[in-house]
Amino acid sequence: GLVRYASVGRGRIEKVLIANRGEIACRVMRTAKKMGVRSVAVYSEADRHAMHVAMADEAYHIGPAASQQSYLSMEKVMDVAKKSGAQAIHPGYGFLSENTEFAELCKQEGIIFIGPPSSAIRDMGIKSTSKHIMSAAGVPIVEGYHGEDQSDERLQAESARIGYPVMIKAVRGGGGKGMRIAHSEADFHEQLESARREARKSFNDDVMLVEKFVENPRHVEVQVFGDQHGNVVYLFERDCSVQRRHQKIIEEAPGPGISPEVRRKLGEAAVQAAKAVNYVGAGTVEFIMDAQHNFYFMEMNTRLQVEHPVSEMITGTDLVEWQLRVAAGEELPLSQGEIELSGHAFEARIYAEDPNNDFMPGAGPLLHLSTPQGDECTRIETGVRQGDEVSAHYDPMIAKLVVWGEDRSAALKKLRYCLRQYNIVGLNTNIDFLLSLSGHPEFEAGNVHTSFIPLHHAQLFPPAQDPPRELLCQAALGLLLRERDNTRAYRAQSNDQYSPFASSNGRRVNVLYTRNLALQLGEKKVDVAVTYCPDGTYSMEMGGEVFQVSGELEEEEGTSYLRCSVNGVLSRPKLVMLDNTVHLFSMEGSAEVGVPVPKFLAGVGSSGAQGGAVAPMTGTIEKVLVKAGDKVQVGDALMVMNAMKMEHTIRAPKAGVIKKVFFKEGSQANRHAALVELEEEETNEE
Amino acid sequence: LLRCTRGVPATLSRLYHGDRVATLGSQPDAQSSLYQENYERMETIIKELKDRAEKIKLGGGEKARKLHTSRGKLLPRERIDRLLDPGSPFLEFSQFAAYQLYGKEEVPAGGIITGIGRVSGVECVIVANDATVKGGTYYPVTVKKHLRAQEIAQQNHLPCIYLVDSGGANLPRQADVFPDRDHFGRIFFNQARLSSEGIAQIAVVMGSCTAGGAYVPAMADESIIVRKQGTIFLGGPPLVKAATGEEVSAEDLGGADLHCRQSGVTDHYALDDSHALHLARKAVRNLNYQKKLDVTVEPPEAPLFPADELYGIVGDNLKRNFDIREVIARIVDGSKFDEFKAFYGDTLVTGFARIFGYPGTHFIELCCQRNIPLLFLQNITGFMVGREYEAGGIAKDGAKMVTAVACANVPKLTVIVGGSYGAGNYGMCGRAYSPRFLYMWPNARISVMGGEQAATVLATITKDQKAREGKEFTPEQEAAMKEPIVRRFEEEGSPYFSSARLWDDGIIDPADTRLVLGLSLSAALNAPTQRTRFGIFRM
Repeated sequence: GLVRYASVGRGRIEKVLIANRGEIACRVMRTAKKMGVRSVAVYSEADRHAMHVAMADEAYHIGPAASQQSYLSMEKVMDVAKKSGAQAIHPGYGFLSENTEFAELCKQEGIIFIGPPSSAIRDMGIKSTSKHIMSAAGVPIVEGYHGEDQSDERLQAESARIGYPVMIKAVRGGGGKGMRIAHSEADFHEQLESARREARKSFNDDVMLVEKFVENPRHVEVQVFGDQHGNVVYLFERDCSVQRRHQKIIEEAPGPGISPEVRRKLGEAAVQAAKAVNYVGAGTVEFIMDAQHNFYFMEMNTRLQVEHPVSEMITGTDLVEWQLRVAAGEELPLSQGEIELSGHAFEARIYAEDPNNDFMPGAGPLLHLSTPQGDECTRIETGVRQGDEVSAHYDPMIAKLVVWGEDRSAALKKLRYCLRQYNIVGLNTNIDFLLSLSGHPEFEAGNVHTSFIPLHHAQLFPPAQDPPRELLCQAALGLLLRERDNTRAYRAQSNDQYSPFASSNGRRVNVLYTRNLALQLGEKKVDVAVTYCPDGTYSMEMGGEVFQVSGELEEEEGTSYLRCSVNGVLSRPKLVMLDNTVHLFSMEGSAEVGVPVPKFLAGVGSSGAQGGAVAPMTGTIEKVLVKAGDKVQVGDALMVMNAMKMEHTIRAPKAGVIKKVFFKEGSQANRHAALVELEEEETNEE
Repeated sequence: LLRCTRGVPATLSRLYHGDRVATLGSQPDAQSSLYQENYERMETIIKELKDRAEKIKLGGGEKARKLHTSRGKLLPRERIDRLLDPGSPFLEFSQFAAYQLYGKEEVPAGGIITGIGRVSGVECVIVANDATVKGGTYYPVTVKKHLRAQEIAQQNHLPCIYLVDSGGANLPRQADVFPDRDHFGRIFFNQARLSSEGIAQIAVVMGSCTAGGAYVPAMADESIIVRKQGTIFLGGPPLVKAATGEEVSAEDLGGADLHCRQSGVTDHYALDDSHALHLARKAVRNLNYQKKLDVTVEPPEAPLFPADELYGIVGDNLKRNFDIREVIARIVDGSKFDEFKAFYGDTLVTGFARIFGYPGTHFIELCCQRNIPLLFLQNITGFMVGREYEAGGIAKDGAKMVTAVACANVPKLTVIVGGSYGAGNYGMCGRAYSPRFLYMWPNARISVMGGEQAATVLATITKDQKAREGKEFTPEQEAAMKEPIVRRFEEEGSPYFSSARLWDDGIIDPADTRLVLGLSLSAALNAPTQRTRFGIFRM
């Protein structure tokens, strides 16, 4: 053994630095702990109290929140590696994971970079190069032009040769940036220019390639693994077709409907691709696949990917363990023949985003967070806990929910069951959307492709429905029981703790107390007439319908449940109550019910909806377009904000005069912070 | 090392035995026809009580209510509900004030709602005008009810909150509401005196406060007014026009802006009713008031027997006897009652017990000595009459009891659970003996003597007179004479007749007795202890 380690110039890894944050940092640490490898975390100012810091054996502060000055700073990371005596650096995904220079820096400093050789990263990082290599290695590629002649004429001529529609893509592109589709000769120029502009802005490079555009293709990728001894294996394919904003949200392994024959071909093509670049470590070879299951090489991701757990689940492996072992010079733990495919796995990515608003990324506090119980078949990969903040500085992914089942339908059922138990309050998430997506009949049938969401948009975004009245009864009950608890708490600390006045039974002499409880459902107000019955139950009347309601609040591991009976039907939804909202979660779905704030507390003249001149999310004020004293009309632009890499224009919610501007250009505004004070014009309102 | 010993520690065993021996009451034979008849009849009169109360709860007619709410105002009971700590109980007084009192004119609850409830954790007397009833004007009973509420506040040391929305004195009845000692002016007299005793006076002006009514907020310690709704002036716009010819709107004459910005009559400016009530809650919070108990309290325990068994035990036939101990067993904590002088004078039961953890008892001198509130459960036909008793000094003995009851300064609570006749009413702390609270069960009767007895007394006198005149008095004549007397006594002895005139603080469901007494005791214990000095007992 010793001799062999020496021969490959690598050694034992007893301490690993994880140059990342969030769930992947936690994921790597879990395996490190299991293997007895000490872990070193790095953190930015924003992550001082983050979960990955708490999980690590030691942690180092490496700079301000902006990733350029922290997680992307090679020097700082390297510095910590040396200071802490880590023998290896695991880059996770994103950040420095596919950075050739960093891989080289590690080599120079004698620290193991847990990833492929820098040459492989470089070769695969440039799309035209990678395609050349693949083409030469006999891997099927999509017809295209990857030449150096970037003249409009040449690009157009090549497009005509390939045949429209074509995809125009930035060579250095990624994440959908600098990518356009030209459907015909007529719109070629416009799309080309647009792609170049975006590419210049995003990558400072506008070299383009042109490719045959496959309509409604599937995105199928193969997990490969190589060691330093020339062995490369594949761990079958994943289907990541369903995407929004060109980013994945739900992945599965194996690909649905793929025959063992095609599977073997995919795997072998991927291994060929990896071998072509002397690949070592975990990598992914991406293919697009058409309706006939013809597949073409797209690119290779030279890192451990976000969705690697689905491959682990169907092969019973721990790929981070493999990474560490391979990096230490060991041979792959399994040969191709020993890798068996078993069952089916799904991963759903839970994001802080607003699906109803074009999946706009969000940020904010996780005021309540409860998850399904993790077990052998259920993994919750996350880097946040209740009370943490999803920071606007980084990726808004909250967690990955990974489930395994005997077959696809069992796994899918499990996924939906667990999604219902994944309950978050404090920010918008895509959980409800994931439920509607995973419950779509076409998804259930496995008919997935990259245009899935736009194609089924109408069914995936059904018009909002009012929650059933029974649910409103539960919300009202929750509020009443909270009131009762408050009364009890108050009574316990009073001088006269047994006084029957210190009760919330609503008793009246000879008559019954009926109280109107107003609930807010979005824009709608619902009145619930609650009658306090002498036996401690409530009778609730809503729109002419009467419900008999009773129940108790139950506390279990920090989570409140409402054990209740509505007209004799028993249920036990999870209940989260914040200042002015009640959130109910059950297998039937979730609901948010507001408690209208009295006008006198909300301030004079604030009418209707909350979305006033407030920051929609945490971000930086780019431009201030008004000053104190300005008269504005409804819809006038007040400020421009930059948040989550996007511009947002904040408009006047009502006509009036600007009394005060609270932010200046360049300052940070928190989510829901008021940006201006706007006084309504004096009207003769009554 | 520990060794297992038999028995239990001394303190524990004492508690254990102490808890066991003192319980009272027995399981009634619910199958007996008497029980069932009693139960059904009591149920009927309670249903009648609640139906009537629900009707009174509505206040004025539908038209008046609609007009009221269309102005953005809350109904008076809604105002009280929002003023109180959320969901806390409200001990309302004299719902049946003015009940069938003014002929065809219905004045539900006397046009004013009074009671005790918790506001910001403080037990307060609340007085709310009901503007849907005759514009919230004061009938004679309205005045009486308002004054009674202030009396309760004074006796029990409870802050007062006035939710004012009244047109002032009812002009057609001005002679019966304006000039006398216990008429309208007494309200302000009381406000001044209560304030001087440190009992907070808070006024919330939610409608008009005209003429005398203007003094309610003006004399309050702190006052709140609702903009474009509350007005305060000595003379309203019509009077001003008549007097000086000046034309002015009510709002300009005495609205919130005027009084909060210029006159300083009011202290807080509210946007609407809800805001005003919120401000009132804050005002109470700022009283810096703390209830200090100088009695011991224990964790309350429910009685061992269901309260509704009282229906079957007591019934509505006052001629039938029942054991008052069975009533006590269904009111006091854990049905625990330490009887005092159990074998002495078996028509009066005395003893110690707790209600909602508060002490309460029946034996006057002892209780005054120990500062234990007294609870009187009245079911008394009167003191015994007859030569033997008179010779035995029953008048003297009765006087002793009356003296004791009158002088006792501990909180006294009275519930009339059956008959309350003659001097029995006095000896057992009737209205004239200023119990802090006096309630009636719907089956109760109160009068100087029973209707039959009164009719017989009157018939006997007439018969004797006729006999002296040599005239005949046939049994038919006697019956015809007695019938209206019995009927009249029956009517005037009714708890509704009593309650309409404020001879009591309300009619209650026997099943609610424990709660009502618990609330009353809680309220009563706000007042500091007063030493009792008895008058001369004629020995």
